[in-house]
Amino acid sequence: MAPTAEPSRRAPDSPLGLDAPVRLRTKDLLSIGDLSPDEILLILDTAEAMKEVGTRSIKKVPALRGHTVVNLFFEPSTRTRTSFEIAEKRLSADTVNVAASGSSVSKGETLADTLRNLEAMSPDMIVLRHASAGAGHLAARLCGACIINAGDGMHEHPTQALVDAFTIRERKGGLAGLRVSIIGDLLHSRVFRSNLRLLRVLGAQVCACGPATLMLPDMERLGVRATTSVDDAVAGADVIMLLRVQLERMRGHFFPSRREYFQRFGMTMARLRRAAPDAVVMHPGPMNRGVEIASEVADGSRSVILEQVANGVAVRMAVLYLLAGSRRGAAPGGPALDGGSGWDRAGE
Amino acid sequence: MSERTTILRGGRVVDPASGRDGVADVLIRDGRVVRVGPGLEVESEAAVIDVPGGCVVCPGFVDMHAHLREPGAEHKETVATGAAAAVAGGFTAVACMPDTEPANDEAGVTGLILARAAEAGLARVYPIGAVTRGRAGRQLAAIGELRDAGCVAVSDAGRPVADAILMRRALEYAAMCGMPVIDHCEETALTVDGVAHEGGAAALLGLRGMPAAAEEIHAGRDVALSGLTGAPVHLAHVSARGTLRVVRSGKARGVPVTCEVTPHHLTLTDERLAEYDTNCKMNPPLRGAADVEALVDGLADGTIDCVATDHAPRHVDEKLAEFDRAAFGVVGLETAVSVCLDRLVHAGHVSLSRLVGLLSANPARILGVEGGALTEGAPADITVLAPDLPVTVDARGFRSLARNTPFDGWSLRGGVAATMVGGRTVYVNASVRGADAFGLASGRAAAGGADAAAGGDPRAGAPTRV
Ligand SMILES: [Zn+2]
Repeated sequence: MAPTAEPSRRAPDSPLGLDAPVRLRTKDLLSIGDLSPDEILLILDTAEAMKEVGTRSIKKVPALRGHTVVNLFFEPSTRTRTSFEIAEKRLSADTVNVAASGSSVSKGETLADTLRNLEAMSPDMIVLRHASAGAGHLAARLCGACIINAGDGMHEHPTQALVDAFTIRERKGGLAGLRVSIIGDLLHSRVFRSNLRLLRVLGAQVCACGPATLMLPDMERLGVRATTSVDDAVAGADVIMLLRVQLERMRGHFFPSRREYFQRFGMTMARLRRAAPDAVVMHPGPMNRGVEIASEVADGSRSVILEQVANGVAVRMAVLYLLAGSRRGAAPGGPALDGGSGWDRAGE
Repeated sequence: MSERTTILRGGRVVDPASGRDGVADVLIRDGRVVRVGPGLEVESEAAVIDVPGGCVVCPGFVDMHAHLREPGAEHKETVATGAAAAVAGGFTAVACMPDTEPANDEAGVTGLILARAAEAGLARVYPIGAVTRGRAGRQLAAIGELRDAGCVAVSDAGRPVADAILMRRALEYAAMCGMPVIDHCEETALTVDGVAHEGGAAALLGLRGMPAAAEEIHAGRDVALSGLTGAPVHLAHVSARGTLRVVRSGKARGVPVTCEVTPHHLTLTDERLAEYDTNCKMNPPLRGAADVEALVDGLADGTIDCVATDHAPRHVDEKLAEFDRAAFGVVGLETAVSVCLDRLVHAGHVSLSRLVGLLSANPARILGVEGGALTEGAPADITVLAPDLPVTVDARGFRSLARNTPFDGWSLRGGVAATMVGGRTVYVNASVRGADAFGLASGRAAAGGADAAAGGDPRAGAPTRV
C-alpha cells in the first residue's frame, strides 16, 4: 500500500469504516501545525471507527500489539492520562505510566536525561505532558520514539483540540462556517492555542473573548475576532468553548477577584440565551464551577462536556494508531486493526 | 626591547578615526604604528608583509561586552580561551563583564583577570568592575579601587541597577574616576519569568514575554539620570525601537549617553524561536522585525555607537533543557565580524568604514582605552579583514569552549584574515590565500613582550600585573 496523505473515504463494506491510508507524514504530534488539513480529517474519520470499538462488549483490537507506549506526565492529570491509557489499552499496546512525583525527576534529574534513559529502553511512543512549552520539541530531538504532546506548558494540547473538533463535527456535521466563540483565560491556555490553529484550518469563524489582561497580542493577525465583551462573543454563536481560569499559572494580578470574573465573563443561562438556539457548550476541563461556568450551564442540556471526555478515548486511539503507522511506515497496511476474527487485511 | 620594524604593504587601509580609506602602507616599530601612507620607504632589515589582495587593514576591533567566565566558571570559558576566540574573530581587545564568581567587585579579582590575560598573551583584556558589591544592587562596590586595579568601566552585568538613587551616585562616582557606567536596561517587574520577546511569536509558542517597553522604560531613567548628573552612561545590548528613541532624544539634547547593539539583535527576529532552539534564547530577547529594522537604521544614523558581542558562553547542559529553564546567552566573538560584513555591509545597510568605526574607534573612545585608530604612536593593534571570504560557521571549530551560537551552519561572506596585537601577529586565517605572510610578525619579541600584547598595561597609570 502506498503511503498517502489523502483523507480516507469510508468504504461501506469495511467493518471499521476505514479505507487504506493509515499513516501520517509526521513522526511526532507536537502541534496542530504538524498536521495537514487532510491529515486532520483522516484522524477525525479514523476516530469514528475507533469510537465503534468502544461500543463493543470486548473493547479491544490488536492494532498496537507489541508496541510500548510510555505515558510520561510531569504535571498532574487525571482526565488526559486516563484517556490516553484507556486508548492505548484498547489498541493492545503495552503501557507504562511514569509520573513525575514517583520518578527520578524528584531527585533532580534533567528532562534530557530522563528522556535519554527512557529512549535507551526503546519505547515506540512517548506521551508527554510537561509544564514547559516546547518540552515535546526537546523530546523529539532526543528520542527516536514518536512523541505525542499531551500538553506542554502554555503552548499546545493538540489531542484535546482534535477531541473538540470531533465533538463539534459529530454534533454539527462539520465545522466550515460555524461560529465558535472561545471564552476565558486565553493567555495561559494550551487548549486555546491548539484550537486556534485547528478551527481555522477546518473553516470555522473563531471569536476569542476574555479579560484584556488574558488576551494574546495580534489576534486579528491570526484571523481571530477578539472581544472583551462576553455578550458580543456569545451572540449568535454555534459553539461556546469555555476555558479554565488557570490560577496556578498566574503570577500577579490579572483580574480583581473570581467573583468579578464570574460577573463579567462567567457563562450563565441568561448569557447563553443570546447564542444560536442549538448552540453547544464545551469545556476542556477541569472546570472551575462558579468562575468560568455556572453549574446550570455545565450540567444543562446544551453542555457536551461529558461527550468531549467520551470522545477523548476514540480520538486518542486514532492518533496513536495513525502515528504508529507512520513510525512503521514501511509495513504494509500499518498496524493491524482487526480483532483477529476474520478481518484479514493482509495484501492491502 | 627589540627594534624590529614591520611594514604592512599595499593593503586598503580603512581608519575612520583619521578619515583614511585607501591603499597605504602601515609601518610598525616596537609594537606601535610609526607611519601610515602610500609608498613608504623602509630600512632593508624590516619585515615586509604584503597584504593579500582584497584584504582591508583596520584598527584592531574592540569588543566592549563579553563574559569570559573566569574566575568561577572555567568549564564554560576562561580568560585564555576567550582571548583566543577574540583574536580568531578579529578582536584585538575585549572588555569582560564582572559577573564572575566571585564577582569582579574588588581589586583582587581584577588582578587575577589581568594576570590570566597576560599569560595568554593574545587579545588585550579590559576588566569591567561591578557597580555594586556582589552585583547585588545594594551598596556601591569599591569603584575607585577597581579603577586603580585596571578596570575601564563599571556594570552590574546581566542585571540592571534597579535603585535609582544608587544609579545616580554610581554615575557621579564612576565619572569622577573616569569611567562610564554600563547598564543592562530592564524594568524587571515587567519581565518576571519572561523568556522571549513579548509579541506574536512568543504568544503562539506559549512562552512568557518580556515586553520591549521594559527596556525602554529603564533606558529612559538612565538617560534622565545621565542628563541630571552630566555623567556618561552606556546602555548595553540595545534591542528595542523605543530604546533608540530614548537614546536619540538624549543625544539631541547633549546627554552623554552611548549605546551598543549585538550582531544577533541586528540580524535575527523572534521568528527564530519556532523550534524552541535554546541557542536563540538571550536577554534581551530577539525582538520583532520592526525592532531589527530600527536597530539597523540606528547604526546608519549614528544613534548606535558600537557593535558589541555580549559573548556569553554556556555549557551544553545549560542549553539542553526546556526553553524556559535553559540559560540565557549566546557566544559571539567568532561570528560577529562575518555576520556584520555579510548582513550589514554587503547587504548595503552600512559602509565598511562605518562598521569599522562601530567595532574599533567608538568602543575604544567610550572605554577610554588606547587603540581604535591607525595613527602615529597608536598601538599596532590591527584587524585585517577579508571582506569577500566565503565563511561557513562551524561551532565545533570554535576556540571558545562554548558552542551556543544561533549562527551555526550559516554561510556568510566576509571574515578575518589576520589579527595583530601590539605589532605581533596573534591570529592568521589559513583559508585566506597569502595571509601566511603575517606569520613574519608572529615572534613575541616583536611586540615588546607578552605584557604589552595582552593588556597588562591597558591604560596609563595602571599597574602592570603579571
Ligand atoms: Zn552581557
